[in-house]
Amino acid sequence: MAASDHASLEAQIDQWRNYLHRRQAIHAVDVAELEDHLREQVAVLVDAGLATDEAFLVAVKRMGDLDALSREFAREHSERLWKQLVVVPSEADGPRARTRTDAIVAFGLALAAAVAIKLPVLFGLQLEQDVGFYARNLSLFVLPFLAGYFVWKRQLGTKTLSWLAAAFVAAAVFANVYPFMPGGASERLAALHLPIALWLAVGIVYAGGRWRQGSGRMDFIRFSGELFIYYVLIALGGAVLTAFMVMMFEAIGVKAEPFFSAWLLPCGAAAAVLVAAWLVEAKQSVIENMAPVLTRLFTPIFAAVLAVFLGTVLWTGHGVDIERNVLIAFDLLLVLVLGLLLYSVSARDPQSPPGAFDVVQVVLVVGALLANALALWAIAARINEFGFTPNRVAALGENVILLANLAWSAVLYIRFLRGRGSFARLERWQTDYLPIYAAWAMVVVIVFPPLFRYI
Amino acid sequence: MAINKDLIAASSTPIVLAILAEGDSYGYAIIQRVRELSGGHMEWTDGMLYPVLHRLERLGQIEARWEIAESGRRRKYYRITAAGRDQLAEERRQWQAVDATLRSIWKALSVAGPVIRPASAALSPQGA
Repeated sequence: MAASDHASLEAQIDQWRNYLHRRQAIHAVDVAELEDHLREQVAVLVDAGLATDEAFLVAVKRMGDLDALSREFAREHSERLWKQLVVVPSEADGPRARTRTDAIVAFGLALAAAVAIKLPVLFGLQLEQDVGFYARNLSLFVLPFLAGYFVWKRQLGTKTLSWLAAAFVAAAVFANVYPFMPGGASERLAALHLPIALWLAVGIVYAGGRWRQGSGRMDFIRFSGELFIYYVLIALGGAVLTAFMVMMFEAIGVKAEPFFSAWLLPCGAAAAVLVAAWLVEAKQSVIENMAPVLTRLFTPIFAAVLAVFLGTVLWTGHGVDIERNVLIAFDLLLVLVLGLLLYSVSARDPQSPPGAFDVVQVVLVVGALLANALALWAIAARINEFGFTPNRVAALGENVILLANLAWSAVLYIRFLRGRGSFARLERWQTDYLPIYAAWAMVVVIVFPPLFRYI
Repeated sequence: MAINKDLIAASSTPIVLAILAEGDSYGYAIIQRVRELSGGHMEWTDGMLYPVLHRLERLGQIEARWEIAESGRRRKYYRITAAGRDQLAEERRQWQAVDATLRSIWKALSVAGPVIRPASAALSPQGA
C-alpha cells in the first residue's frame, strides 16, 4: 500500500469511526470492535487486488446500513438509550485514569470541606451558639475548595493562584474585622452577599483562561445552573437519609438528632457542593442539561401568571400593598425571570431564527418589568416617608441592577424578534453584565457596614 | 439464492455457538467461517453479527476478552462457556427435530409427485 493510499484510508476510517461514535447505542468499545473488522476486511480485499478506496467502500457496504445496525445495537443494549454516568469507564485506557483521579480529587476536597466546616469547633466556636460567625464565613469554608478543584482541573498557574488566595483572604478579613451588631441587618446582608461576590472568583477560575470571552462566562452560567439543580437533588437525598436515620435510631431508643444537626447536616451540606460540582463536570457531555429544560417548562407558565397579575391590577385598580418584605419579593421575582431568561439564552442556538418561544420570553420579561415598576413606585413613597435602612438600600440597589439588565435585554430581544439585531448581542449583554452583580455584592459587604454603623 | 431474514436470525445462535465450539474466534473470522460453511448462501450483513455476539455474551453463553492480534490491533475474542455448550446441545436437538420433520415431508413430496396419496402408500414404493 502506497503512503498516500494509506493516509487516505486512515482519513476515511477516521470519518467512519466518528460517524459511528455519534450513535448513542454503539459505545466506543463496539466501535473499536467494528473497526477491527473493517480493517481486516479492507486488508483482505486489498490482498485480493482491489485499490484501497474500493476496498474501503466494499468493506463499509458489507458492514451494512448504519441506521439498521444502530437499531440492532439499541435493541440489544436498550439500557444505552438511557444515558448513564460512567464514573470509571471499563475500557479505553487514557480517559479512565483521568476520570478516576478526577473523582478522587473531588471527593478528597469534599472531605476537606466537611472537615473545614467543623474546624472552628477546635477554637470553641459552636454552630448553634455562634450563628453570626458561621453565617458570615459559610462561603469561606466551601468555595476555596471548589475554586481549588478547578485550579487543579484547569491546571492554572501560580499567578491565578496568588490573586485567588488574595481574594479569599480579603473576603475573610472583611467578614470578620467589622464590629457587627449581633443579628443586625448589616451582618445579615454581608453574610448574604459575600457568597455572591466570591462566586465570581469561582467563575474566573472555572472559566480558566476564558473568563474574558463570552463563551467562557456562558459556560460558567450553565455550570451554576446545573450545580444548583444537582445540589438540590443531593439535598433531597440527604433529607430522605436523615429521616430514615432518625426514625431507625429512635426505634432503638437512641436520639440521632444531635449528631444530625452537629455533624451530618453541616458536613454533608459543605461536601455536597464539591460532589455536585464534580457531577456537573462528569455529566456535562453525558446528559442533557436540566436548567434549560426546566426553563422551557416554566417560562410560559410564569409569563401567563405575570400577565394575569397585571391584568388583575388593571381591572381592579388595586395598588401594590407595601408589606415589609415586598421589595425583596419583587427582587426575587426579577432574579427568577432573569434566571429563566439566562438559561433559555444559554441553551439556544444563536443561529436559529426567532420562534414562538422567543415571543413568550419577551412577554415574560416585559411582564416582570411592569410588575416591578408597580412595586418600585409604591416603595419609593415608603422610603420617602421612613428613610433609608441597609435592607432597603440593598434591596433597592439590586432592583435597579436587575431592572437595568432586564430592560436592556427586552430591548435587545425585541430588536432580535423584529430582525434588527442578532441573538449573539443579547448573549453578550448577559455575559458582560455578570461582574456588575459581584461588584454590587462587594459594595454591600465592604461599604455598607461602616456606612450604616454596623447596625 | 438469498436466505430470508427470519431464517438467518433464527439460525444465528446455533451457528455462532457451534463455530465458537470449534475454538475461540473473533467477529471477522466468524463471518468468514459462516461463508465457507454455507458455500456463500448465508449472506450475513457483517455488522449484524455483533449484536448477536453481545446478546450471547449477556446471556452468559459466550465470554469476551481483548487481545493484541498479530496485526498489532486490539481485537475482541469470544469463547464459548459451559452454559453456551448446553445451549448449543439444546439448539442442536431442536434443529434436528425441525430437520427430521422437513426431511420426511420432502421425501413424501418427492415420491408422491403432484398426486396426493395416503402417507403409508407414499412410503411403500421407497421401501420396495
